[in-house]
Amino acid sequence: MSLPAFAELLERLVFTPGRNGKLALLRQWFAGQPDPDRGVGLAALTEELRFAAAKPAVIREIAAERTDPELLRLSYDYVGDLAETVALIWQPRAGVNAPPPTLSEVVEALETTPKAEVPALIAGWLDTLDAGGRLALIKLVTGGLRVGVSARLARVALAEWSGQAVEEIEEVWHGVAPPYVPLFRWLEGQDGRPDPRDAPIFRPLMLAHPLEEADLAALRAEEWRAEWKWDGIRVQLTSGPGGRRLWSRGGEDISAAFPDILAAMDFHAVLDGELLVVREGEVAPFADLQQRLNRKTVTARMQREFPAAVRLYDLLFDEHEDLRPLPFDARRARLETWHARAAPPRMELSGLVPFGSIDALARLRDGARAASIEGLMLKRADAPYVAGRVKGLWWKWKRDPLTVDAVLMYAQRGHGRRSSFYSDYTFGVWRDDGELVPIGKAYSGYTDEELAWLDRWIRNNTVNRFGPVREVERGLVLEVAFDAAQLSTRHKSGVALRFPRIARIRRDKPVEEADKLATVMALVENRPG
Amino acid sequence: MRPVNAPHPETWLKVTPSGLYCEPGGFFIDPTRAVDRAVISHGHSDHARPGHRAVLATRETLAIMTARMGEGRAGETQQALPFGEALTINGVRVWLRPAGHVLGSAQVCMEWRGSRAVVSGDYKRQRDPTCAPFEPEPCDVFVTEATFALPVFRHPLPEAEIARLLRSVALFPERTHVVGCYSLGKCQRLIAMLRQAGWEGPVHLHGAHVALCRTYEELGVPLGPLRTATVAKKDDLKGAIVLAPPSAVADRWARRLAEPVVAVASGWMRVRQRAKQGGVELPLVISDHADWDELLATAAEVQAPEIWVTHGREDALIHALSLRGIRGRALHLVGRGEEDEGEEPAAA
Repeated sequence: MSLPAFAELLERLVFTPGRNGKLALLRQWFAGQPDPDRGVGLAALTEELRFAAAKPAVIREIAAERTDPELLRLSYDYVGDLAETVALIWQPRAGVNAPPPTLSEVVEALETTPKAEVPALIAGWLDTLDAGGRLALIKLVTGGLRVGVSARLARVALAEWSGQAVEEIEEVWHGVAPPYVPLFRWLEGQDGRPDPRDAPIFRPLMLAHPLEEADLAALRAEEWRAEWKWDGIRVQLTSGPGGRRLWSRGGEDISAAFPDILAAMDFHAVLDGELLVVREGEVAPFADLQQRLNRKTVTARMQREFPAAVRLYDLLFDEHEDLRPLPFDARRARLETWHARAAPPRMELSGLVPFGSIDALARLRDGARAASIEGLMLKRADAPYVAGRVKGLWWKWKRDPLTVDAVLMYAQRGHGRRSSFYSDYTFGVWRDDGELVPIGKAYSGYTDEELAWLDRWIRNNTVNRFGPVREVERGLVLEVAFDAAQLSTRHKSGVALRFPRIARIRRDKPVEEADKLATVMALVENRPG
Repeated sequence: MRPVNAPHPETWLKVTPSGLYCEPGGFFIDPTRAVDRAVISHGHSDHARPGHRAVLATRETLAIMTARMGEGRAGETQQALPFGEALTINGVRVWLRPAGHVLGSAQVCMEWRGSRAVVSGDYKRQRDPTCAPFEPEPCDVFVTEATFALPVFRHPLPEAEIARLLRSVALFPERTHVVGCYSLGKCQRLIAMLRQAGWEGPVHLHGAHVALCRTYEELGVPLGPLRTATVAKKDDLKGAIVLAPPSAVADRWARRLAEPVVAVASGWMRVRQRAKQGGVELPLVISDHADWDELLATAAEVQAPEIWVTHGREDALIHALSLRGIRGRALHLVGRGEEDEGEEPAAA
């Protein structure tokens, strides 16, 4: 299949807002495309393809050869995106009647063509394509398709299309490479599961259900173990002769952003833990960890100022031995022995929280007010480590949220199903000088009826519009729930909320009686002094 | 082509705060405020304003103006001038030629003492089953629009865009396709093109689009079965095509529709990020304005040594004309591009 088919897929993905719509498009792609093009397309979508010789500068250069510089400049000013500008402005040479290239031809040619000949190669392809195809080609060769398809979403689509469990696919994912022919053969039932051998692969994590009051009564203290639920990100550490990797909860490889952790992984094992920023034994607020996330590289200074560490929860593999079928207690014992022996830097055990009764545990949870703790994890003493969210084995028991009564300040429309509703709310609290300062933004927590009511209220009380944003009359109090308040230099108010959501609409409350900034500040955990 | 002793058009066709004024003829072309005598190129509200005393235009434009402004508001006296006929007003010869923009749209051609100027109004060169196609008129000064005057704007074939719409309707038979489009011209062109593509069922209309569709039909443009979307039940709108003003497609009005696929038909849809910002799911690049190639081809066909640009992206067009040895001049007329797709849509 040729590049125009891929162009159409990209076009549809860009304009399809919903997750289900995107999944349907991907399933259709996997079902309808031949090998190796479907795998090349998959790799392009998940950003596994990199071509050293096809930088955006090359695209600019070949466009400049064909276009008046002033017109190129005016067009780029208007469009704002180089790839799209070039795709639209490109005038195919008259008389070109070569067929458009296939995806795999593009990849193969870029890998084998000498660097100096790459511009002419790309220009030749552009001449065979229409505007949509040109955009797809440029995005493909320069990287960064940005069509809202994560590797995780692509794996879910593979699972839905093939009928294999997504956990099974995740386990082999990092052991296969584009164009994934063995993967597709396995998923189509034509071959066995690809064997990753020693390659560092991701094993899907075991996840917890939220604990409700009703579940609590059925718990017998002696069957359960408790740990703190740290406010960082869940990670898996894989290290051995095949290499070292740090995986996020969804199986994304985040190794590049954490060279400090990678350097400390001088062992042969697979571990489950929480990635945190830790200074002198103290876990820093989530905002500090955020400084380190979503980076392709990280400076020495970042590593110094935001030192990363891992609190270990579990041991999945000790060398080649798979411990996942063992009960929690046995794995915990192995983890403790392993940790004492290996003693890796930057890695501490996440301690077990001792408790005599469930009531005592509840008191511990209510008392835990450190910003770095989200609550408690409850794990059955006899549960094996199983992928996914199996009910009744692990519970997360978050502490009760904090709340603040804030004033609605701005509203913005949502996306997809909510595109006609003002569903994103910026709210603020009163400063001592009587000014209202924004402290956060929430777009969840309300019912459909409450959303409709809020939408109506916003439309009837708009005082100003800034593009998609409406400023509203200061006339409505919202009770906002959140998990923690932390100091922030990025917000005018100086405070940032974790997981804010709308708990209630306080129609009864006059805005003057909304909370003061000082009240919110008193809830901040990382206050200096 | 102007005889050596003929006056340059800039000596008799003047830019005033009210718009272009033909001094010897004593009339304005598409004036932005009420005047004594006006020649109107077409019915869009940024060209046709209410309250003039005497109005000269095509029969269709006069009918559209009356339908939109109400009896008596579209000129105290109206005079229809058919294509191919000429009048002489105070020594200025005046005639109209089709502009291909919307029904009744005309280029205003004027000749005084051997010097000829053509004010094109808005125009396009693509096929449009609802109006007469553009005819080039050689002249000394051609006055052009420049709405899509950047080489990134090359409109695809409108038939291919309509085919994409119909493929999407076939793919999502449970959903309503709501197409944002302006009420004068684009709406009727879409309906006529849907008919040509074989869509025989009803087309549903937002209330704002009903009156002008009736006017088009009265003027001899058949549109087939039309229904009002406002009174239809949600279930009846599954698989339906609904035409509505662009401002309504992603707003409260659209909640009455069954899981709508939001489409917008406009030349602006060519730029992907812009289309996406507006919450559009199915962008249709269908325009009633000349694209970059059409602007340059028209400039060559009218053979004018000088081209005046009324509104849009003057800088790129004037630069490109200079490369072709044509003198360009930006007129900076105020108040243009306020209806139809002349104005770039704000993000939703």
